[in-house]
Amino acid sequence: MHFKENIIALATASGAGAIAIIRLSGEDVISLADKHFKSVRGKSLVQQKSHTIHLGHIIDGEKTYDEALVSVFKGPNSYTGENIIEISCHGSPFIQQQILQLFLSNGCRMAQAGEFTLRAFLNGKMDLSQAEAVADLIASENEASHQIAMNQMRGGFSSEIKKLREQLLNFASLIELELDFSEEDVEFADRTAFENLLMHIEQVLKNLIDSFAIGNVIKNGIPVAIIGEPNVGKSTLLNALLNDDRAIVSEIAGTTRDTIEDEIAIGGIGFRFIDTAGIRDTADVVESIGIKKTFEKIEQAQVVVYLIDSTELSADRLSSLKIEISKIKNKHPQKPCIVIVNKIDRLDSKRKTAIQNQLPEALFLSAKNKIGLEELKQKLLGFVNTGALRNNETIVTNSRHYDSLLKALSEIEKVRLGMSEDLPSDLLAIDIREALHYLGEITGQVTNDELLGNIFANFCIGK
Amino acid sequence: MFGEEYDIIVVGGGHAGAEAAAAASNMGSKTLLVTMNLQTIGQMSCNPAMGGIAKGQIVREIDALGGYSGIITDKSAIQFKMLNKSKGPAMWSPRAQSDRMRFAEEWRMALENTPNCDFYQEMVSGLIIENDKVVGVKTSLGIEIRSKAVVLTNGTFLNGLIHIGEKQFGGGRAGEKAATGITEELTKIGFESGRMKTGTPPRVDGRSLDYSKMIVQPGDAKPEKFSYLETPVLTEQRDCHMTHTSKLVHDLLREGFDRSPMFNGRIKSIGPRYCPSIEDKINRFADKDRHQMFVEPEGWSTVEVYVNGFSTSLPEDVQYKALKSVVGFENVKFFRPGYAIEYDYFPPTQLKHTLETKLVDNLYFAGQINGTTGYEEAASQGLMAGINASLKLQEKDPFILTRDEAYIGVLIDDLITKGTEEPYRMFTSRAEYRTLLRQDNADLRLTPKGYEIGLASEERLRRMEKKKENSDSFVDFFKKTSVLPDDINPILERVNSATVKQSDKMFKVFSRPKVTMEHMLELESVSSFVTDNSFDREVLEQTEIQVKYSGYIAKEKNNADKLSRLENIKIPENFDYSKLKSLSYEAREKLKAIQPVTISQASRISGVSPSDISVLLVYMGR
Repeated sequence: MHFKENIIALATASGAGAIAIIRLSGEDVISLADKHFKSVRGKSLVQQKSHTIHLGHIIDGEKTYDEALVSVFKGPNSYTGENIIEISCHGSPFIQQQILQLFLSNGCRMAQAGEFTLRAFLNGKMDLSQAEAVADLIASENEASHQIAMNQMRGGFSSEIKKLREQLLNFASLIELELDFSEEDVEFADRTAFENLLMHIEQVLKNLIDSFAIGNVIKNGIPVAIIGEPNVGKSTLLNALLNDDRAIVSEIAGTTRDTIEDEIAIGGIGFRFIDTAGIRDTADVVESIGIKKTFEKIEQAQVVVYLIDSTELSADRLSSLKIEISKIKNKHPQKPCIVIVNKIDRLDSKRKTAIQNQLPEALFLSAKNKIGLEELKQKLLGFVNTGALRNNETIVTNSRHYDSLLKALSEIEKVRLGMSEDLPSDLLAIDIREALHYLGEITGQVTNDELLGNIFANFCIGK
Repeated sequence: MFGEEYDIIVVGGGHAGAEAAAAASNMGSKTLLVTMNLQTIGQMSCNPAMGGIAKGQIVREIDALGGYSGIITDKSAIQFKMLNKSKGPAMWSPRAQSDRMRFAEEWRMALENTPNCDFYQEMVSGLIIENDKVVGVKTSLGIEIRSKAVVLTNGTFLNGLIHIGEKQFGGGRAGEKAATGITEELTKIGFESGRMKTGTPPRVDGRSLDYSKMIVQPGDAKPEKFSYLETPVLTEQRDCHMTHTSKLVHDLLREGFDRSPMFNGRIKSIGPRYCPSIEDKINRFADKDRHQMFVEPEGWSTVEVYVNGFSTSLPEDVQYKALKSVVGFENVKFFRPGYAIEYDYFPPTQLKHTLETKLVDNLYFAGQINGTTGYEEAASQGLMAGINASLKLQEKDPFILTRDEAYIGVLIDDLITKGTEEPYRMFTSRAEYRTLLRQDNADLRLTPKGYEIGLASEERLRRMEKKKENSDSFVDFFKKTSVLPDDINPILERVNSATVKQSDKMFKVFSRPKVTMEHMLELESVSSFVTDNSFDREVLEQTEIQVKYSGYIAKEKNNADKLSRLENIKIPENFDYSKLKSLSYEAREKLKAIQPVTISQASRISGVSPSDISVLLVYMGR
């Protein structure tokens, strides 16, 4: 089997100060990489032998992205059996994403989950006994990336795309209607309204594409939900973590700014803290609606931090807390949950022991006095290093969206050009279908049935 | 009475049955067509027209393969229109109004003139099945007729139930008996069956209508035709007319709603959404105060007229009262009231791509029995069933058309992969690669295949080869020949296209959106090339399309090629999906039920995700 498309993906989990590897596979990847690689010795990658490593810079025109080592493997003697380029760059999520985007705009597409392995298998690089393992890998990786995609779909980003796609679908239906039912008494697609919609979609897509560009590292952070009542010291904790480290704090810019989240880099890894302030308003801890909302926040997160004010802990409160925490753990056995008892500066050792007996895993700290912060950081980082968390998937998912947005934009531009040239609508429909397909990659799937269903639901058809 | 064993028995003589019998006979199978009524072979049960959008393309495909529908339509047409001419070439769709009686007569004569084709009139009430293989049919008189294969094309006749208002009675078509026995027998051996509904409008006396109050709908000034062979072109045509319903008409119809089988729950089965009854239209789209109606003549010499757009199962007195209030129908005299009909069908996911059933070997289904609607859809299935039954008896490879080769391929693949909940009609939007599936190139796409399986004649193949050779050379001419600014600029100015400063290849100028073949023919070098080579209309059309839409055609070809990579990966028969734990539960269940033949087909099953496909790919290997 021969694959024409060039694929790219991050091959490593990202880590602080470590190296990240970006892998490209496909027929043209060596020449593609060559266009964006400036060797320190002025070598051209195309002329290099297989299984060689070259030092240089990843560039885009005048712009230098990173110093990197580029390895060349020529098919069929490579992992996938195709030409492979591996770029070893610095481990920052920002650089990784920039390099991914560079190649996505220049001849590569994002690899599907497990696609390198799939290609390796299909190109005869593995024997059949490995098939099951490969299949499992693909299924599980898809599951994981899907989950993360859902997590990332927050704020206005997904709903905006969804809305626009629905409008575009509606127009596509009208165009199909004109085509398949031109003999009948149906309303036709209003070209001016369509043109306006296209312009609007184009603008939104451009904005979104821009938002993926420089300065938007924040989207890559590992989402951490901080749960706790108001005044337990969340802001103090965040600021403490912030001041202590070179960190970035900013708003996450969705298209609607309904959530404010803080991004903090710890040991080079971005953590995005999702504020869940004021979520609980009844005393009935177990049954409250607040719990529901808390669970929604937890749904979006990869790590849960449960912050407790040690000075407000009665025996009753402590036991209800225990139940609540075990509920969260039972519901999300995969998600690490850190219980933090704050304000230990105001806690005597007797009470501390009492709490410790009830909550043996709890981390004791004082955000105000910066006691115990290092332990918290190590714990968070520990999840990454032990593989309980994988930061690269968020980048991959992001890049996938970026890839789809670019393609959707290009199709929308084609539709507009076609309209200006009075292209027959059956040909316009080809480009519209492609645009719908790419937008659908972000929000869900499009099929022809969907178009037809829309037609029948809304229009009176049939002689 | 039937001493000798037949190769193929075709049950039913409608569009599906007639094409099946013709294809089987022409491919050398000794064929028997059994029908309840030999007078109604090739009967048009509903509107007297063939073709239309997407359907016209199907008729062209049937013709290109060597079927009869195109020829019969040309011989019995009373009006021809190429629909959608203002759109791109993928949308151009031929349609003809037919002389209903002559259409049936031409079919009967065509079949009688086909060697190997025998006829017998009786109701088939059962099948003879031995070792999961069909070996003949049983008739209601108790006769057993043996054969190697059977094609069932029962249309709306299986337990057909006709509704007019509160009255209901058994029947397969107005004035004809229903067929019984087959459904019961098939469900007993494990087939799943369902009910569908369709309807038809009243037929009236044309002499009682006032056409002066209606809008004339003439045929094309230069009528084309369906068949790629030498068939007659219309020199004279009959007009259709258009009128509208009104608020008053709707109110009168509504008065009968409480007696409508549609609304009082008597009809439970699903009808086609895109071919709704008039009561359904005014009920669902209450804000619309008028609907179009087309008045179509039934033939050259009959006064009977078909009232398209007024399909109904309301009581006949309500039909009459309402129709009388339509402009031009004030003095209308009824010939036959409209009615609805419910009938049995077999969900088509029980079939293979060849239209052979998965349960019983050598048993084929075609037409409405598979849940489709439309003459063209039925005819094409009959053709494919007839072909495949013959090929199987000859121990040859099955004949399967892919989605990028023909609408027929889209039709059958949709049916057996997705099934259908309502009567299935073809639309161009069902095809992923509609730009490839045009009415102008059905011969280029399919005639070589039809010839290879022994159906399309050598004459057909020659004509197609000549057309291809000529259009290729003409395209080549445009690629190679340059045009001077002085010659082309006056034309470009006329169509508001930017003028050129230096001489350019004709192909490039011709590719511009507003430049047409007519414009190019104004150039001396082009017109003399045409005259020298005596190119006909078809060659000019083919060339124009290939030049002007080359970009889009290439784009769709490219997309289709990507798909065909998956088409080539076969899934072994009876593959055990329960082994594949990596598949989602839904995918596993669906795959088990449908048993797709290729990875590509699997990917079209709803509920099977791209991830599931990757998993399958791994198991199917390279």
